[in-house]
Amino acid sequence: MASLIGFYSLVLGVIISFIITFFSVKNFKEPIVFDKKIIHFSFLQFFLVLISFLGLIVSFVNSDFSNETVFNNSHTTKPLFYKITGTWGNHEGSLLLWLLVLTLFAVLFIIKSNKQPTRYRILTLLFQQLIILGFFIFVLKTSSPFNYIYPVPNEGLGLNPILQDPALAIHPPILYLGYVGSSIIFSSTLAAVVLNYISKEWASHIKDWVIISWIFLTLGILLGSIWAYYELGWGGFWFWDPVENVSLMPWLALTTLIHCILVLEKRLLLTSWVVILSISTFTLSMCGTFLVRSGILNSVHTFANDPERGLFILIFLFSLIFMSLFVFFFFYRENDKTDYSIFFLSKETSIIVNNWFMMYFLSVVLIGTTYPIFLEVISSEKISVGPPFYNKLIAPFLIPFLFFMAIGPKLKWVKSDLSDKIYLILFLIISLFLSIFIVQNFKIEFLLNTILITFAFYLFFITVRDFVSKKYKNLSQNLAHFGFSLFILSILFNNIFATEVITNLKVGDTFKTEKFNINFESLSQKNKQNYKSIVGKLIIENSKGSIEVMEPELRIYNQPNISTSEADIKTGFLNDKFMTINIVQNQEYFNVRYQIKPFMIWIWFSILLITSGGLISMLKKKYEN
Amino acid sequence: MKIKLLPITVTFLFLIFFLVFFLGLKNPNIYKPNINEKKEIPFFTAKLFNSTTSINSNEIFVGKNFYLLNIWSSWCVPCRYEHEFLIKLNKEENLKIVGLNYKDNVKNAKNYLEELSNPYDISISDKSGLIAIEWGAYGVPETFLIHEKKILKKIIGPITSDLMKEIKELINL
Repeated sequence: MASLIGFYSLVLGVIISFIITFFSVKNFKEPIVFDKKIIHFSFLQFFLVLISFLGLIVSFVNSDFSNETVFNNSHTTKPLFYKITGTWGNHEGSLLLWLLVLTLFAVLFIIKSNKQPTRYRILTLLFQQLIILGFFIFVLKTSSPFNYIYPVPNEGLGLNPILQDPALAIHPPILYLGYVGSSIIFSSTLAAVVLNYISKEWASHIKDWVIISWIFLTLGILLGSIWAYYELGWGGFWFWDPVENVSLMPWLALTTLIHCILVLEKRLLLTSWVVILSISTFTLSMCGTFLVRSGILNSVHTFANDPERGLFILIFLFSLIFMSLFVFFFFYRENDKTDYSIFFLSKETSIIVNNWFMMYFLSVVLIGTTYPIFLEVISSEKISVGPPFYNKLIAPFLIPFLFFMAIGPKLKWVKSDLSDKIYLILFLIISLFLSIFIVQNFKIEFLLNTILITFAFYLFFITVRDFVSKKYKNLSQNLAHFGFSLFILSILFNNIFATEVITNLKVGDTFKTEKFNINFESLSQKNKQNYKSIVGKLIIENSKGSIEVMEPELRIYNQPNISTSEADIKTGFLNDKFMTINIVQNQEYFNVRYQIKPFMIWIWFSILLITSGGLISMLKKKYEN
Repeated sequence: MKIKLLPITVTFLFLIFFLVFFLGLKNPNIYKPNINEKKEIPFFTAKLFNSTTSINSNEIFVGKNFYLLNIWSSWCVPCRYEHEFLIKLNKEENLKIVGLNYKDNVKNAKNYLEELSNPYDISISDKSGLIAIEWGAYGVPETFLIHEKKILKKIIGPITSDLMKEIKELINL
């Protein structure tokens, strides 16, 4: 019943899409006032998709296995929370969520843009409606979440256990808010280009959308990364997996866009940067959807390998790309009145320099992600591009990047000089000594690490000084850059100081190292609602005599029959202790992996700091108004 | 002329991207482990479907015939999809199809065969799922092509029309 309602609301939603388009086109020709009908129908469309989405949730909660999506992804013994979150833990449901957020944002855009010119508002909505319609057809034609199966099975196939996790339950919705937010930026940029409305007013109006999308995208990636850290059981937080990369690419584009929008708002410069970045952010998000959903890449997120779906997104994606190219080349005109001159020592210059660095990072990730596909098509050779590629290509370029991040905000708009800035050099020398002092005690590559740490410290000190001396004048930027320096430092220290022990132990065994002993004390079993839990108790005693009890867990799920390894993580201020156990086939031995990972919590915290920088810049604007 | 060149180049570049992605779609990148071909089949005893008589593997896979062991269940949705191909394969003279009914309710299974017709020459049941484990099956449906007690081919997931053609080629070599 709920499925039926859900399905028909979707079909109605498509019809509304055509109605909105009709009224918009009509209104666009006679743009005296903004037609109220467009608002009403947009609301109705959002409402219908909402009903459809709720219908799917109800089917999941009631374990209605006559629905194919529910059958494939749910099970009666699954806890209620995961029945609900299972709604978007699969291909069909997550697309419905996309659609829901798309229609929601269309409505929000109408509400938030009432001070903008009518023709611009309508055209933005038309572009947005095009995307919405594309997704409607995609959902209904290739991935309907409401397919009926007969006879009705008694039991479902269950949700992949590694997805049964609180962080992962909210990861998709938050990430989608970011992805879909970029669709509004995309539509409004195209509309502004067509109507030649790229202006300071436009920049300050769209800036909010850019920052909101950026905040959600950052948080979404953070959640995914935290999940990978404690659930995948490898103790890492970023694996340069294609799926992670496809979320990083729009993030890099969006971060660059934020900086460009600031310049545009102040000086009406970098308009082509803004236009191209707005278009690429959304197309990169769509490209991510394509790479992940088509099965062209293989990963945790590959819900189903259906070439038909892949083909649809591919054609849709490239239609959008070619449409944007058309709009850009035929309508885009540089504003002649602007003063193009940029003095070499100014904020603008440093932002442009950083833009190019960001574009470089983006290209590295893009090449690393798509190169295997190209190679396979051309020479049918299968390769995989791993972390060494990214580390080699990105790490050295972080050095000048960090430097410009530190110096850039010191410069003034238009023209500036560096007199009276002796402390800039002083800080560099302090950072260098500090870095040498740290690095020389470790057997690591000296030169690169020293310089990297030096510049990370440099940015760190300069931003700290700004907190004090600038009296929070540019708090958001200051906070974000400070967060970034902390982020890089934490990652570096996390790599350099990490300790790892991998060994096979059975109950009663003790493993000895110079610094600590690991004693496998006992093993206990429990039956939970939909899995069997095996918990090991291991005692770690270090040379100073302090004792830590670690209880890593193995879960053997009943439906589908998969075992997952739940790490026991003791999070501390300075380091995380991380332990996983795994069954060694046909033996009483367990594979025990124990890691001490310094500054783990600081990595997460620094990302939150960076995000709060964005949040503050938005709130500040509201407050000033 | 200079202005015209840029749009054309960019468009061309994206067209290449499109083409590569399009071609990439055709060979989905699913990693399949190499299965040791020509592996001996495991020995097992099973109850005949819908009866209490037991039969062992030596009694099932006899002679020079080709055999297809198909693991199925009435609750398995992809099994319905591959059913038509099983019926077509059943017409092959030198191929006998053995149905292994996996973790199923006998009544449902009977209804299933009555509804879609029975493609199996021999039906055995595996209520506990242990025989499927012996065969190293990952799930249902799964199909093994057997000749002289050796596994020639293992199909994970439902039989498709391409796979059916492949089986026909293998048995008519």
